[in-house]
Amino acid sequence: MQIELLLFGIVADLIGENSLKLNLNTTTSVRDFKSYLTSKYPQLKNYTTYAVAINETYANDDAMIVEHDVIALIPPVSGG
Amino acid sequence: MNNISIKLSTEKLSLKECYDFVDNPTCGGIDIFVGTVRNHTKGKSVKKLDFSAYGPMAVKEMQLIAEKVLEKFDVLKIAIHHAEGMLQIGDIPVIIAVSAAHRVAAFEACQFAIDTLKETVPIWKKEHFEDGEVWVNAHP
Repeated sequence: MQIELLLFGIVADLIGENSLKLNLNTTTSVRDFKSYLTSKYPQLKNYTTYAVAINETYANDDAMIVEHDVIALIPPVSGG
Repeated sequence: MNNISIKLSTEKLSLKECYDFVDNPTCGGIDIFVGTVRNHTKGKSVKKLDFSAYGPMAVKEMQLIAEKVLEKFDVLKIAIHHAEGMLQIGDIPVIIAVSAAHRVAAFEACQFAIDTLKETVPIWKKEHFEDGEVWVNAHP
């Protein structure tokens, strides 16, 4: 299944992209998706302090990612 | 009646627009927080700040904060406006305006709104120094 991954701030710098299309084998939890990302992008190994949003809403580790979701990696925010 | 004004903009923010939005004959006070770009951080001289946002989600999160403010505090109207793009020293990245019948609720609501914005709204600032640049708060 295909999903879109959006990257921001320092996470975009670490991965070197602002957005990616990823093909996942199956529906997956946010927790497992984070492990998958760390194996695919070892530069994330030392950077785990990001939150995850699914379709523009914050998601916890147990939330499920399904086909066509838009996932965003949200490093600590610093607006204002 | 619409009591909420949310804006994420690459244009210069307008204090007057926020004030005029929240102004109301039934209010007895208006509290406005204005964030400004500071020329130093941790002893280093800052040249400019670059704000980037996850636009659609940032707008949603600001809307959620505004709704929570109206529910939690005895206030009438709220405007939350945030800028994105490159800002210079003294420029305004954020304005929060709240009107209320009485001042205490207006102060409290305004503080709650800016504190929550800084925790939840997906906007990031990059500080530009003479000798480089850094994402603020990236390693908390």
